[in-house]
Amino acid sequence: MIKGLAFLSISFILGMWTGELLGSWLGIHANVGGVGFAMIFLILSKEYFTRRGWWKSELEFGIEFWNKLYIPVVIAMAASLNVKSAISSGTLAIFAGIVPVIIAFAVFYFMMKSFKTT
Amino acid sequence: MEELIKIIDKNGLVVAFLLVGLLTWLTDLFSKKILNSRVPGSAIAIFLALAFGYLGGVIGKGENGLADLGLFKGLALLGGSMFRDFAIVATAVGASFLLIRKSGLLGLISLLLGILVFFVAGVAMAWAWGYRDAVSLCTIGAGACTYIVGPVTGGALGASSEVIALSIGTGVVKTIAVTIFTPILASKIGLSTPSAAMAFGGIMGTSSGVAAGLAATDPKLVPYGAVTATFYTGLGCLVCPSLFFLMLDWIF
Repeated sequence: MIKGLAFLSISFILGMWTGELLGSWLGIHANVGGVGFAMIFLILSKEYFTRRGWWKSELEFGIEFWNKLYIPVVIAMAASLNVKSAISSGTLAIFAGIVPVIIAFAVFYFMMKSFKTT
Repeated sequence: MEELIKIIDKNGLVVAFLLVGLLTWLTDLFSKKILNSRVPGSAIAIFLALAFGYLGGVIGKGENGLADLGLFKGLALLGGSMFRDFAIVATAVGASFLLIRKSGLLGLISLLLGILVFFVAGVAMAWAWGYRDAVSLCTIGAGACTYIVGPVTGGALGASSEVIALSIGTGVVKTIAVTIFTPILASKIGLSTPSAAMAFGGIMGTSSGVAAGLAATDPKLVPYGAVTATFYTGLGCLVCPSLFFLMLDWIF
């Protein structure tokens, strides 16, 4: 279990580091895509380990625990945000949540149509 | 009683586990028994948490929502950036490299197209509502992608807590909208084959919304939609605070 957690941690640290380096390289004082890089590192290193036959279900358990924890973490985060100030422009959240979905349904429809004909 | 308060005060994180667990248990029950799983329990829980965050802001008059009240301060730790980013990275373990290769070109195109459509539409909506600075526009546009891309982008760019909260609210509304619209529109838009489900997951992106929506349409399609949708958030976290932000910064 703890080995899987260490595996996740090293991917996380390396990804964050890459994001930080990319941020300073781009001249933004921010971490750029650190989470995304960490995910890519995790997938690729897991793939490498699986091919070598080093990947054990025991390793996966430690990571799976955190995988399952992400919704609870988001719930906790939602409860500790400054919602009071956001609510004043609350209609934006509703419109910006629904309108793009409707557009995306149309895009999907036309994409599937053109995909079939070609 | 005094002793219990002392224990609660000392063990904030453990109390946060208990609070979130209780809320999830209740909303899952509510989703299953009353809504027939039409809306995922997690989406209801997130919405309720935002409502509690609002109440916390009204009572505590601080910037951290419910976490400003002594009893609930552990929520700020559990929902803080370290746990949040760590847990999100862990979700990548569910994606298999082989399946991604199989989903191939259509999946990749739909992913890129999906992120672009939601980001541009989200930015346009934010612009229509009067936001003009690139950081806020980018955060809300990212929130239109998913409720995780929003705060990750906002955190990286240093957006205000209000804008981050707004981006999460936007993402949660999106999850619910996808969940509700998918079974209604599925037959009209040709969502009936595995490859269509893969493209659908890539375009819509929200894993919980896609999974719940496809489950209500045809349970056999769920894994195909989920395999591309799991990449949406990671890809969004990669391009929104970097490439898309630079483009917005250049325009505004």
